[in-house]
Amino acid sequence: MATVDVDLPHVKDEDPHHHGPAKGFGRWLYTTNHKDIGSMYLIFSLSMFMIGGIMALIIRAELFQPGLQLVEPNFFNQMTTMHGLIMVFGAVMPAFVGLANWMIPMQIGAPDMALPRMNNWSFWILPFAFLILLSSLFMPGGAPNFGWTFYAPLSTTYAPESVTFFIFGVHIMGASSIMGAINIIATILNMRAPGMTLMKMPLFVWTWLITAFLLIAVMPVLAGVVTMMLMDIHFGTSFFNAAGGGDPVLFQHVFWFFGHPEVYIMILPAFGIISEIIPTFARKRLFGYSSMVYAVASIALLSFVVWAHHMFTVGMPLVGEVFFMFATMLIAVPTGVKVFNWVATMFRGSMTFETPMLFAIAFVVLFTIGGFSGLMLAIAPADFQYHDTYFVVAHFHYVLVPGAIFSIMAATYYWLPKWTGHQLNETMGKLHFWLSFVGVNVTFFPMHFVGLAGMPRRIPDYALQFADFNSMASVGAFIFGFSQLVFIYNVIQNVRAGEKATAQVWEGAHGLEWTIPSPAPYHTFSTPPKVG
Amino acid sequence: MSGSTYYVPEQSKWPILASVSLGLLAYGAAMTITAMTADRDSFGPWVLGGGFLVLFYVIFGWFKDQIREEAEGLHSDQLDRSYRQGMLWFIFSEVMFFCAFFGALLYVRVFSVPWIGGEGDKGVTNMLWEGFTATWPLLQTPDMKQFPGASAVIDPWHLPLVNTALLITSSVTVTFAHHALKENKRRALEAWLAATILLAVVFLYFQAVEYHEAYTELGLTLNSGIYGATFFMLTGFHGFHVMLGTTMLFVMLLRCFDGAFSPDKHFAFEAVAWYWHFVDVVWVGLFIFVYIL
Repeated sequence: MATVDVDLPHVKDEDPHHHGPAKGFGRWLYTTNHKDIGSMYLIFSLSMFMIGGIMALIIRAELFQPGLQLVEPNFFNQMTTMHGLIMVFGAVMPAFVGLANWMIPMQIGAPDMALPRMNNWSFWILPFAFLILLSSLFMPGGAPNFGWTFYAPLSTTYAPESVTFFIFGVHIMGASSIMGAINIIATILNMRAPGMTLMKMPLFVWTWLITAFLLIAVMPVLAGVVTMMLMDIHFGTSFFNAAGGGDPVLFQHVFWFFGHPEVYIMILPAFGIISEIIPTFARKRLFGYSSMVYAVASIALLSFVVWAHHMFTVGMPLVGEVFFMFATMLIAVPTGVKVFNWVATMFRGSMTFETPMLFAIAFVVLFTIGGFSGLMLAIAPADFQYHDTYFVVAHFHYVLVPGAIFSIMAATYYWLPKWTGHQLNETMGKLHFWLSFVGVNVTFFPMHFVGLAGMPRRIPDYALQFADFNSMASVGAFIFGFSQLVFIYNVIQNVRAGEKATAQVWEGAHGLEWTIPSPAPYHTFSTPPKVG
Repeated sequence: MSGSTYYVPEQSKWPILASVSLGLLAYGAAMTITAMTADRDSFGPWVLGGGFLVLFYVIFGWFKDQIREEAEGLHSDQLDRSYRQGMLWFIFSEVMFFCAFFGALLYVRVFSVPWIGGEGDKGVTNMLWEGFTATWPLLQTPDMKQFPGASAVIDPWHLPLVNTALLITSSVTVTFAHHALKENKRRALEAWLAATILLAVVFLYFQAVEYHEAYTELGLTLNSGIYGATFFMLTGFHGFHVMLGTTMLFVMLLRCFDGAFSPDKHFAFEAVAWYWHFVDVVWVGLFIFVYIL
């Protein structure tokens, strides 16, 4: 990133119109402040992470030994489904939007988000959407049990009654995502401080600009596919029923046209975060800034033409299999560029290993493992062996947990001193990191082996030969799960007390957000700074 | 207001109320529809109705605040650009929503229907319903008991052709209205806007006539197989958007009577006009891919 020289005429609030936060709970209900809304998104995400995490632990407890011990198979299916839905739509996505809310205005020198009231609307839809989704657990027939990918006809002909609540829940959370994304694009394109040209923007801002585009492009397609489900279930249409000329495979095409860009929605902001953190702690500029921007843009564009690699075994013409295989492999090129650039940034840097940097380095290593297993899955003939096994589970958990989730934790530790004004407790941060790092690998690495050996996913019981690796994975899951209590402790402790943080916080940090005091005042940049 | 300060609104109750309304609408709709299919009573319609009440309250209140703020001169050029970008991206999201349904139509026509008919790469699926032949429009479905097919489909060269002419003309009239607004010819503005609304209403009337004919005379229904499903979902969602657009145009007309909009500041009017053009373009797509081809 280009060096940012800043004039700061107005670190204090001079405008009498501006004031601190309102008193009482009304502050949170009626707020138009990007920092308040960012905090609400992050707290919401953390609570969903806990709920989804408990579901994951129920799954792992059942899978600790072969045979059925704790839960009924139908409840097990509800757990896998709800765990996926909650983690994707309730934990990872809102966390990134929360970070965007907090950081994008501060990183581009804007007073707030472009559309502050709509911003609050986008957030407050989410608690309602997830209340609806979670309430389905208590409905007759139970919660959705057809997997987070809700393939027809499992989710239509054979679905529990609660599927309709799921459909409308998805509708309103989609509306929330679209509004959030529109707001982010308008903010980035329209609210940058003078001199902050596009190619001077921090990478977190760049990755969010592209992510927001993906969101606006594919969330409506998700709305379309659940609408087709609704019509098939209740109004007699035959979109996913071959008896009327439709096709269940059509569901998978439309779903994955949304689903694959969705996967990148959950990783591109992570790329941005890592590209902020590594230069800070390597005390070097990011290697290959513009190639990073182009790589993210290429990954995003390619994400629209690779969706059917999720469906190699479903029955597609050979030309389709080959096209989607090669298009998918092409994504490895820009992704490789990014990993190369992160490593090159660290090369001969003056590295220190504070907590955010530890998470960032773990991200680079472990995300790359997830990327490589993705490459294996992209090979159509090989995928016939891996499809629907624990190898797939291992793959996407490697990109989502030590990928997306680690990046969110890295970002939290990195920017927390800016939000609270307190330096981090490094000892506790490192404790959290090492417990999580060990937990994640003990959980998910053995899944590669049982998957390659043929253990199917989404089944509550398994053959005896998978027992050892499964018990190992379950132990890892409980280590990882409970070590998140350390994370919560760290955040609460940091909000309450700690050594006073400087404006720059980290010795090697550059960028507009590090020019304002810590904690950041309630209103920042009421007149835009000049970026030279 | 040269873009050096940006209007960040004070705290507002509208977003949280809007969220409450969406929550009620979603929950109420799910309750109502689930109970309807299971053929039992529920208080879903009350929840749904409550959601609509809150929604209308929010729409009136939020737009009122918005109009007052604009009148007070709080809208800088920069804020105006934010609104414009917001509207354009919203329309883009709507386009993608229609893409999902156009994509489904393309897929069944090019791939799945011929496959069930025994042609092409996956023609082996014909063994499910031996003797089924693929045609388009699909009047004979594979399973006529479950999805009874239709006797004929709507002829594109009668009402749909007229409707195409109506909507394209309405796009032109709304542009005339916009030009009149920019030249501050208020009478012409009101007349062209009223003409646009009239065309839209006639369009909607013809759509209703067409649906009636499809259901009562042709046996073309949501239940008549994939042709009916794609036909009614695409034209239905389009019709719903025309209804929304007409309502918005009507509100603009009322605001014109009220003396709103100046030749250089009339974003609300422009946003509605953009939306109207979008609805028009979708119709052209429908006319070609649903009715003609």
